[in-house]
Amino acid sequence: MSPVIVDARRLLCPMPVIRVQNRVKELPPGTRVEAICTDPGALSDIPAWCRINGHKLIETRTEGNEYIIVVEVGEES
Amino acid sequence: MTRQRKAVALISGGLDSLLAAKVIQQQGIHVEGINFFTGFCVEGHTHAIRQKDRSRVKRNNALWVAEQLGIKLHIVDIVEEYKDIVLNPKHGYGANLNPCLDCKIFMVKKAHEWIAENGFDFIITGEVVGQRPMSQRKDTMPVVARESGAEDRLVRPLSGRNLPATLPEREGWISRDQLYGFNGRSRKPQMALAEQFGLEDYAQPAGGCCFLTDAQYAVKLADLWQARGEKQYEMDDIMLLKVGRHLRLRPHFKVIISREEGEGNFLQGYRKQYVSLLTTSHAGPLALLDGTVDDDDIALAARLVARFSQGKQAERVELTVTALDGSQQQLSVKPLTAEEIPQEWYI
Ligand code: SF4
Repeated sequence: MSPVIVDARRLLCPMPVIRVQNRVKELPPGTRVEAICTDPGALSDIPAWCRINGHKLIETRTEGNEYIIVVEVGEES
Repeated sequence: MTRQRKAVALISGGLDSLLAAKVIQQQGIHVEGINFFTGFCVEGHTHAIRQKDRSRVKRNNALWVAEQLGIKLHIVDIVEEYKDIVLNPKHGYGANLNPCLDCKIFMVKKAHEWIAENGFDFIITGEVVGQRPMSQRKDTMPVVARESGAEDRLVRPLSGRNLPATLPEREGWISRDQLYGFNGRSRKPQMALAEQFGLEDYAQPAGGCCFLTDAQYAVKLADLWQARGEKQYEMDDIMLLKVGRHLRLRPHFKVIISREEGEGNFLQGYRKQYVSLLTTSHAGPLALLDGTVDDDDIALAARLVARFSQGKQAERVELTVTALDGSQQQLSVKPLTAEEIPQEWYI
């Protein structure tokens, strides 16, 4: 299943985290969410947010000026 | 069996809210955190923008605090609703444009709504009697409890013993004896308690938790309101106030000039919303013009921007002007001299 995309480009932290949080709230466990960000802060903030709230960080990668963070929605959100 | 009581802690990312949450957590209460994003929060932004700050390890302190406590954190975007607090604070401003008392009331009110929706019992804040001149005074702390509607469901664990007993104390959910009686501006008791809890590396923001307490920032925001003839702002405005040099050349327009590469990249993102200038004959900054400008204004701004380029001593500097519709024109100007830039232009 292709991941749900959250476009957080041009947003500064903590807005990318808020966008991901609000999208994840609406999704069932196991769904993958791919956040596309331009603020490098998202590379540390979104993983921290996952650890705190019980979601799984699948991968982070850099593509040019964009940072991609893939998250899997945890059991209880 | 008695029900597990639950509290939500207002987490700013600073030490006080961290300690307050910890004190209640230690009394066996299930604690979760709530953090409000107003748009003015010191967290992140400028670090993300300026190149020189990029190499530094950057963290979001509210998330860090939640992780230290092992609690969930709910981040709430209140940017739109918060405008009314900044623009029309019933209790006025503090030393700069910080509406701290209204802000605290608003945040506690939002937290109060949140606990009702989520089945939580009470609210925790890191407020300390006498710690801050506006919102944390003996006479204003009850105002926060009352006007937010939280009343006696608002617990301030660090100063609890100096304040009337709250509902959780009266009901025996928490013990008053295990609250603290901190009072006044000193930070020593907090630091001692942090040590006791084995906490290190916590954030200690000077002044306050947001840009509105910053004098220079407040001057720029006031200038924006004056220039526009009305008190209002958009998210882009408040972001741009954190970036670059701002010079008001004429009452109807100002120039925002990047100071380094990171800021230049950030300003690039605004080129569709503002007329922009970029030097081409010499290395130089990217500049945005905020206001409705005519050709004379652009020519003057171009001379200023040339002054901030490598060509400041040159006879002529070439620039590209990009209009709002994306059309471009080339300009060749003589850079302003230092004497031609009045100090009053700097905001
Ligand atoms: S410093 Fe800013 S965020 Fe903190 S209470 Fe004052 S206005 Fe609110």
